[in-house]
Order: sequence, then C-alpha cells, then structure tokens
Amino acid sequence: MARAVTTQRKALNTAVAWTVGLLIFFPILWTVLTSFKTEAEAIANPPVILFFDWTLENYGVVQERSNYMRFLWNSVIIAGGSTLLGVLIAVPAAWSMAFVPSKRTKDILLWMLSTKMLPAVGVLYPIYLLCIQLGVLDNRVALVVILMLINLPIIVWMLYTYFREIPGEILEAARMDGAGLKEELLYVLTPMAVPGIASTILLNFILAWNEAFWTLNLTSVDAAPLTAFIASYSSPEGLFFAKLSAASTMAIAPILILGWFSQKQLVRGLTFGAVK
Amino acid sequence: MAPAVFLLLVWMLVPLCMTLWFSLRDYRPLRGGDLGFVGLENFARFVSSSSFWPAVLTTVLIVGGVLLVSIIFGVLLAMLLDQPMWGQGIVRILVIAPFFVMPTVSALVWKNMFMDPTNGVFAHIWRAFGADPVVWLTDVPILSLILIISWQWLPFATLILLTAFQSLDSEQLEAAEMDGANPLARFFFIALPHLSRAITIVILIQTIFLLAVFAEIFVTTGGAFGTRTLTYLIYQRVLESQNVGLGSAGGVYAIILANIVALFLMRIVGKNLDR
Repeated sequence: MARAVTTQRKALNTAVAWTVGLLIFFPILWTVLTSFKTEAEAIANPPVILFFDWTLENYGVVQERSNYMRFLWNSVIIAGGSTLLGVLIAVPAAWSMAFVPSKRTKDILLWMLSTKMLPAVGVLYPIYLLCIQLGVLDNRVALVVILMLINLPIIVWMLYTYFREIPGEILEAARMDGAGLKEELLYVLTPMAVPGIASTILLNFILAWNEAFWTLNLTSVDAAPLTAFIASYSSPEGLFFAKLSAASTMAIAPILILGWFSQKQLVRGLTFGAVK
Repeated sequence: MAPAVFLLLVWMLVPLCMTLWFSLRDYRPLRGGDLGFVGLENFARFVSSSSFWPAVLTTVLIVGGVLLVSIIFGVLLAMLLDQPMWGQGIVRILVIAPFFVMPTVSALVWKNMFMDPTNGVFAHIWRAFGADPVVWLTDVPILSLILIISWQWLPFATLILLTAFQSLDSEQLEAAEMDGANPLARFFFIALPHLSRAITIVILIQTIFLLAVFAEIFVTTGGAFGTRTLTYLIYQRVLESQNVGLGSAGGVYAIILANIVALFLMRIVGKNLDR
C-alpha cells in the first residue's frame, strides 16, 4: 500500500476493526471465561465478566464425569492417523502429477475433487452397513480410514499446488552438477517440498479433528472422539453452563492453537488453489 | 498416483452402487429386512411425503441465509481488515477463530450460553432493555440456525475475500480516485468486479458444505421446529426410522443436487488449472 494514511484514519480503523474482531471472537472468549466460574456465577444476572473467583473445579468434574482423556486420545489418533495415512498415499500421487503430468492429469484431479462433493448422507447407510458387516462399527481404525478417504482429495490437491511451484530448472541444475536420482530426491526436492507437506498436514489435521458427521454416526463408546464427547452434553442436567464451557474449552483449545498457524493454508486448501 | 486413484474409486463406487441398489428396494432392517424390488416407488414416495417440501424450504432458507450473511459481511470485513491499522495480525486471528471451533461445540455454546431464554447472554441483554427474552430455538429456529452457522462460515468467506482484496491493484484505485470517482463508485466499479471470482468460489464451496450441515441441527433442535433440512430428513429416514429404501432414494436426490453445484465449481477450478 503506497497510499499515505493519516494517524487519525489509522486510529479509527484500529478501533472499528478491534471492536468487530472482539465481537466475533466473543462467544469463544465467553466460553473460556465461563469455564473458570462456579455454576452459580455462570448464570448470574447481570453476568460477571472478569471479577469472579477463578476456579479449576469444572475441569476436574468434566474429566471425572466423562473421561475426557479417552476422547482426546481418540481424537488425536483419528485426526492424526487419517492425516498421516492420507499424506503417505497422496505424496506419490501429487508428485507424479506435478512433475510428470500426462494429458489426463487435469481430468484425474478434477475427478478426485468431485468425490469430495459426494454428500455424506447419501452414502450413510452403505458405510454404516459395511462397518457392521466387517465388525468395525465404533472402531478407531475404521474412522481413520474413512476420514482419510474423505480428505484425500484435499490432500492431493494441496500437495499438487505446492509441488507445482517447485521449479523444474532446479532439477536440471542439480543434474548438471552430477546429482543422481537419489541425491535429487533427498537433497533438492525434499527440502523444497517440506513446507508444503507441513501445511497440508496442519490443515487436514484440523479438518479431521472437527469432522462431525461420520464421527457422530459411526461411534458410540470405544472410538468416540471429542465431537461425540461434546454432543453428550446436549441434554442439560440442572446447573451446567460452567461444565459445558469447560468441556468445550477442552475440545477446541488444541485446535485453536494449531489454527493460528494455518490461516494461509486454509485459503489454498479449501479453494483447491483457485484463490491465492 | 495409482493407489490414490484406486482407493477413491472404490470409496466412491461401492457405497454409491449400494445406495442405488437400496433405493430400488423396500428395505427395512427392523421390519423384516429386504422386502424385495419396488422399482422407482421410493423415489416417488420420498418426494410426495408431507415432510419433503418443508425440508426443501428449510434447506433453501438456511443455505441462502448463511450465504447472504457471510458474503455481505465477509466483503465488509475483508475491506476493513485490508485497511492499515495497529494489531492487524491479532484482529485477523480473532475474526478467523470461529472456523476452527468444532461444529458440535459452536452449536452447543450458542444454544445454551447465548440463546437460552433464562440464562443466556441474549436473554440478559434483552432484559437489560426491558424486553421479554426470545425463546430462540423454538420461536425463530431457522433464524437461530442461520446465526450459528453464519458465525462458523463468516471467517472462511472473509479470509478468501481478504486474500482476493490483497491482490487488488492499489494504483488502479488511486487512478480512479484522481479521476474523481467517489468511494462508492470505486467500490462498485473496481473492487467488486475484482472480487467476483472469489465471491463465486465462496458461494460454490460453502453451498456444498452447507447442504451437508448436520451436527449443528443434531445437537440444537434435533430436526424439530421445522429445522429439518434435506440432509437431516434423509438421516432420519435411514438411521432413526430405519427405512433404508426410502432414505436411499433421498440420498440419490442429494447426490444429484450436490453434483449440479459441483459441476459449476469444477468448471471454475478447471479453468484455473490451465493458467
């Protein structure tokens, strides 16, 4: 921006933007604050904002009531497992499409994208039935595979757009300097591909963590991740705002932190490279 | 590339064929199982059932409402965030944060902590102005859902529109300013046309995700009070009332609908690939 801006103008922008930003962020902030209140303070009228007796009690109760750690562990396994498995399968695919494109590469990419558009509810019963038949209903491995398949198109696409930015000339230069295929892969391409792969892993981990259709419909006890953990709080039992807040905070905190690092990848990943 | 293609092919074709097969049969696992071939009867019954058109209307209202809110406010927010200010990075994080909240959490937080008619934040605000609190999820259920889902999707629209804004040529804007174009004219004749592609993409991608909205309805109203969308109706037919034949016919409709939207999206993305 080469335009000169007065300090006054900048101050006004800052004030408006911060107000709007805080307004949008307020539900999250409010949830986190409420999680440290007692149940009585949580529903106090008028609401107390900062000056209350901060307590960690709710977190203890939530952990005890519903065994948070087990759900967290399931979330980590399902989101992490499906992302890593997906990347392992997608890297060779994206690699060959980016560096050895054929006439059909574009069609294959678009077709992959189209599988992502398949509405989950349209195939709910077949998947449900297959899970029962194979004895993997409420099974973590089954969810790892299903979420991997759901996100595979996005993973391939993201990796493809990243790999395509690696200039081919650099390979020629390495070859001129006497690098073999092994050195080429190990010392030239891999270091250049790592940032793209890392961003892909980050975004897909978040997407898998928040996936709430298959995880709700295909789990009950053993494999239930945090999405199901929270859904179990949908029927209120007396005073429970503070506990609901504590549970919510525990479910979103890990991913909010990761989310901060992945804003840029979000645009690329979810628009399939159509907006940069 | 072969393994990825193969896996996706199996993942797509097997369930799809099963859905097609079930949709042609009278299949109720809890009432005698597979009762045989019924032709296209399920398709006719799904469309003629009394809950079909209300579900279509609800779907259109929710998808349309969220799109409207997220595009209008998304453009405004993107414009705001593109201005020079202090702490821009932090504001951007604040605005984007809702996107990373899992759908079940945001739905429950809004339902209880904000829309609860006795203890919710909105009730406090309403009472502070001497008004009777609104019973959000029963009185204005669709509006409430639009509010919740918009809150989740506004960050996405904003982020994409902001990215598009940042590639806008500021010299062009300056030239227009010097030629005497007022801010409104600059917005409508330069900024908005520049954004049109990004807006189209936001509309298409969000439509695909919004048609599939599930968890938000599942934990708030459970499909009551006229909040049953097509997706939710199919879910109820298949898993709750275990009428798999009928639900599968609905599923086939949903797949066709999603593919129509997807076709437009692919055309745009495909064009982009050639460049």
